[in-house]
Amino acid sequence: MEVGDPIIELRRVSKAFGRQRVLDDIDLKVECGKSTVIVGRSGTGKSVLLKHIVGLLRPDKGEVYFEGRRIDNLSERALTPMRQQISFVFQLNALFDSMSVAENVAFPMMEQRSGAVSKRKTRALSSHCLELVGLAGFENKRPAELSGGEKKRVALARAIAMDPAPKVILYDEPTAGLDPQRADVINKLIRHLQREVNVTGVVVTHDMRTATEVGDRLLMLWGGRFIADGAPEDVMGAKEKHVRRFVEGSAEPEDLKTLTA
Amino acid sequence: MARTSTLERSIGNFGAWLLGLPEQFGRFCLFSASAISYAPLELATRRGWTHLIPQAFAIGTQSVPVIMLTGAFVGMVLVAQGWGQFETAGLSDRLGVIVNISVASELGPVLAGVMLAGRVGGALTAELGTMNVTEQLLALRSMGCNPVRHLATPRFLACVLLAPILTLYADLLGAFGAWAVYAGYYSGESEPYWFYTRQAVEYWDLGAGLVKAFFFGGTIGLISCYKGFHCKSGAEGVGRACTDAFVISFIMILVLDFFLNLVINGLYEGLYGPRPLLF
Repeated sequence: MEVGDPIIELRRVSKAFGRQRVLDDIDLKVECGKSTVIVGRSGTGKSVLLKHIVGLLRPDKGEVYFEGRRIDNLSERALTPMRQQISFVFQLNALFDSMSVAENVAFPMMEQRSGAVSKRKTRALSSHCLELVGLAGFENKRPAELSGGEKKRVALARAIAMDPAPKVILYDEPTAGLDPQRADVINKLIRHLQREVNVTGVVVTHDMRTATEVGDRLLMLWGGRFIADGAPEDVMGAKEKHVRRFVEGSAEPEDLKTLTA
Repeated sequence: MARTSTLERSIGNFGAWLLGLPEQFGRFCLFSASAISYAPLELATRRGWTHLIPQAFAIGTQSVPVIMLTGAFVGMVLVAQGWGQFETAGLSDRLGVIVNISVASELGPVLAGVMLAGRVGGALTAELGTMNVTEQLLALRSMGCNPVRHLATPRFLACVLLAPILTLYADLLGAFGAWAVYAGYYSGESEPYWFYTRQAVEYWDLGAGLVKAFFFGGTIGLISCYKGFHCKSGAEGVGRACTDAFVISFIMILVLDFFLNLVINGLYEGLYGPRPLLF
């Protein structure tokens, strides 16, 4: 697949939870080798969209494609080969508490049935990945012994620790809960990994600094639909009122009404 | 819009809960079928054993002291309860018969099951529930790894395989505890005690208890894992799942015990005829 070809495609995807419609007829093409950032207020369905890409959620309506192959109608077992090409960095990191840092990082490789990666190679690759994220020497620590930023970096190391390397990395709020300096480390790391490992990235965030720093393309989700799509600098300068308010960080009038009611 | 009263809301909630029961049961059956279907594969592979052994240690080895203590005191209490009646009737040397049959076929497996549900079931639900709310189960799925096979099947297998062994410990300590009180506290004669016990207690009773324990272990494992996998978010969700897992396991142990008794007794009578009188 060439750089710029659509590696992930969502066609008219809708999703509702009970009466709440989260995604409403969404179309999205994620270009290969680029970093696509999706921003939006909390609870607007950014994470839901991300979970559709890897088949953790199924759309009520619409289709999801990976490398031109429809995946939303595949069984869990049939999704496995596709999932082994996509990494997911979860908002809460989702590190396995019962394992050491090294075991966490090596876990995706150990579980790859078809990969047949040798133990020695697995160990070497997980050490290399930990070095890439600046955590060499942390192999024997447990997730409970790490700070928030360190956990995030272990999650990033686990995301890239695959043989062969993943084609896509999905980041769910990669800087949530981190102070600005640690968030900056994570942003630089995402960019660095993208250059180093040359993967397609889809980043979901509500942090505008992350969005502009790591994104080649920026989309804004509002009311279940995309209301802005373009280069980060274009979206940052957009005149649309919701985009404007989001970029400036000013509250919506209807939110303020509920405060004074 | 008309406002709904508390009573109406309660009736509505009860109705929704009632309607949701068949769906819950269906989900539980699918989950159980999935966990059980991976069991032969897990037992046949080295990777499966690497998942199973730590669970066997946590579920089995670490439960031994508490199960032994429970078994011992059950035997001791039965002797303390029965001594007065049996002695008055001049049947004190037959006390071991009733105590050991009760322990081997009924109280040993049931109480070991209840202890297992409390100690292990709660811990399993809490562990898996926490993994669920911290997205670890989703992470496993996103890596193409089946969480049921990876997490539920080893725990289910450990419960199934180790519940009979733990019951055996409870039986042994129950028998020993009963004899210790009989001979040590009430100064009963040991020789006739064991003579009549050997005459009345059959391997069948011991086997019946172990078969029950096998089913109780499987039930506890499946219910605890299911509740952990399907708990609601937050600390309250995990806490509620743990309580539900224990309560449902406890009820299911008693329900299963009744039906297994019917089957086992029917089988005994079919094979050997009616059971001889104990005295």
